Amino acid sequence: MPLNTLTLARKAVLAGTALLLTAVLPAHAAWDLNLPRGVTSTSREVFDLHMLALWVCTVIGIVVFAVMIYALLKFRKSKGAVAAKFTHSTTAEVIWTILPTLVLIFLAYESAPALIRIEDTRNSEMTIRITGYQWKWQYEYVGQNVSFFSTLAQTSNEARQLDSGLDPHQVENYLLEVDRPLVVPVGTKIRYLLTSNDVNHAWWVIDLAVKRDAIPGYINEGWFTIDEPGIYRGQCAELCGKDHGFMPVVVEALPKAEFDAWLASQQAPAT
Amino acid sequence: MTTITQGHAAQDHAHDSHGPARGLSRWLFTTNHKDIGTLYLLFALVMLFVGGGMALVIRAELFQPGLQFVNPEFFNQMTTMHALIMVFGMIMPAFVGFANWMIPMMIGAPDMALPRLNNWSFWILPFAGTILLSTLFMDGGGPAAGWTLYPPLVLQSGNSLAFAIFAVHLLGMSSILGAINIIVTVMNMRAPGMTLLKMPMFVWTWLITAYLLILVMPVLAGGVTMLLTDRFFGTSFFQAAGGGDPVLFQHIFWFFGHPEVYIIILPSFGIISQIIPTFSRKPLFGYSSMVYATAGIAFLSCIVWAHHMFTVGMPLAGQMFFMMSTMLIAIPTAVKVFNWTATMWRGSLSFETPMLFAIAFLFLFSIGGFSGVMMAIAPVDFQYHDTYFIVAHFHYVLVPGALFAAIGGAYFWLPKWTGHMYDETLGKIHFWLSAVGVNLTFFPQHFLGLAGMPRRIPDYATQFADWNAVSSVGAFLFGFSQLMFVYIVVKCIRGGKQATAQVWDNPEGLEWTVPSPAPYHTFDEAPLIK
Ligand SMILES: [Cu+2]
Repeated sequence: MPLNTLTLARKAVLAGTALLLTAVLPAHAAWDLNLPRGVTSTSREVFDLHMLALWVCTVIGIVVFAVMIYALLKFRKSKGAVAAKFTHSTTAEVIWTILPTLVLIFLAYESAPALIRIEDTRNSEMTIRITGYQWKWQYEYVGQNVSFFSTLAQTSNEARQLDSGLDPHQVENYLLEVDRPLVVPVGTKIRYLLTSNDVNHAWWVIDLAVKRDAIPGYINEGWFTIDEPGIYRGQCAELCGKDHGFMPVVVEALPKAEFDAWLASQQAPAT
Repeated sequence: MTTITQGHAAQDHAHDSHGPARGLSRWLFTTNHKDIGTLYLLFALVMLFVGGGMALVIRAELFQPGLQFVNPEFFNQMTTMHALIMVFGMIMPAFVGFANWMIPMMIGAPDMALPRLNNWSFWILPFAGTILLSTLFMDGGGPAAGWTLYPPLVLQSGNSLAFAIFAVHLLGMSSILGAINIIVTVMNMRAPGMTLLKMPMFVWTWLITAYLLILVMPVLAGGVTMLLTDRFFGTSFFQAAGGGDPVLFQHIFWFFGHPEVYIIILPSFGIISQIIPTFSRKPLFGYSSMVYATAGIAFLSCIVWAHHMFTVGMPLAGQMFFMMSTMLIAIPTAVKVFNWTATMWRGSLSFETPMLFAIAFLFLFSIGGFSGVMMAIAPVDFQYHDTYFIVAHFHYVLVPGALFAAIGGAYFWLPKWTGHMYDETLGKIHFWLSAVGVNLTFFPQHFLGLAGMPRRIPDYATQFADWNAVSSVGAFLFGFSQLMFVYIVVKCIRGGKQATAQVWDNPEGLEWTVPSPAPYHTFDEAPLIK
């Protein structure tokens, strides 16, 4: 009797799942699976490393799982398998200690140069100071006399209120839009100095492969060079209180000449 | 490798005269390792549903974009409390419960070495758990800065922070007392002939875990005490404005936090190492390399902590060191997975519920291991860090890893504890529902993380909607199928087919030489082991 009820319950859950999936599937297809390649030399290098590690893991996984599945199918008691008596094999154990070691040395060897390049902030052409606040970002163009705050766009802010009645799907770039984006030139090595005014935050733009913590009392530095003009979106990535999910990062990359014009227009009212 | 040379069933009746006390006082004042083990396991089961309920609040809110059920403040309390309850209230007590029940029986000891301490280390728990949960109802709510309690954010908490920190102190004290008891028991109470290298793997993994606990729990206690004085007594250990260092706390926390991961997973390895040989009808492959691998993992776990902190801006040399040391952990872990596979190789396999959970552990824990290797690579970790990729990784290690090991272990030893066989059909259904649910919940979270969804957010951009919906459906399936587990356990306690002393097909170990259910007192006279 309980078994029947439970089977029924299971069927109900499965049917519900199937219904739900069919309802969701065609509505809006955004079944993203992987990291984007991004628009900086670093992001491409990181993407290649990610794919390398993923493939190494996938191949090892397929081999190991295949052996396991073979064992599960072949050595069944129900098929009359009789247990062998062996308890160890020094050869096998040495081999399967050395093999993963070699794979890991290979991965470390491939990764170390990327790490060194990421940390090399020399020869930058401009510096931007980024400060995290609960819950907005401040951008200062060092030596340019330009500085402003960047907060969640009003459209997103209205829709994200509890029971707002507004459909997030109808809001353009829901939660990933700001009032004033960080504007930068393409093809320029930009050094950023990152700190916080209150609690820890993290400045993250996935297409730039930049994620660094903004910590009060610390100034973290890093760099990026964007290759293509465009708008790149990210979010705060370190829990920073109630509106942690609502302090996006938007970077607008302009061709150099347009950027210079933009910068000049920003400087004019300030001076 | 352990052979009984002397029967002892007769002695088990010698102490029938002083069986358990009656009523509530049996449980309040008990110094019996089996009673205390039961208390631990029941406490963990209750906390599984408390923490699980919080997880379902989280998944309900994340089912679709926009805020439907809770405000962000409460959401943050849920993520924080879910983790604290599951780590300190559920999975750690569950494994201490297994240790209490099984270690004395496995090493041929009559009880734990320090029975009164044992009673105390359990009874601290319900009070600590209540204090922790009560913060949710206090002014300003419970802790909401994540279970990692990072300052300066955590210092913005209300007065409830003092209660949360006190609860963490109590939970840590309970763990340390339990660990001391386990070490003293294993070191002093083994039956004659039970040399260290004849101990069952479960005892080995717990011995090493207990040392890890004693090493790192005081570090956590120190860290949270400094938080307490920063918040309430005006010190500035972690306040930059007063000359303190917020990153120092992260080093302290993860010096505790990373070994903590292995404190949870090593006993799981131990349980899996008992289950797989039993249902393969073949001894554990590479016993001594398993012991060395366990010790190796424990040592390495103490020198990798800053891989949780690649984005805080460490010097290049530091990042290199923590990247490489983290990768090293994969080697002993791989050795373990290979040894389990070799144990099944040319065995005679059957697929009772404990074995199903152990096999699922083997596959799914490996997936968590693979994503772990990927995250060790510092330059790529800049992309993975604090995203759902991490959430997927550690849930694969902790749910189909540690929790499946605990559930498998419960099915494995339930007949020994209760004297009844559990309902095998229901057990298998429970397994398949759990296996499908857990993958449906956590596998899509890999995709969400890679696509750019940060963790610990109550609402998200619309491109993350689809996989979040799938994940939430999986979570409810997984959560509600655990009610089946409760039903099966209760049914097994109340009755069922009488279990034999051996329960399974010729299993190895002293616990299978005593009757089922195990008498209240076992091994009043030590068994002899050749
Ligand atoms: Cu933030």
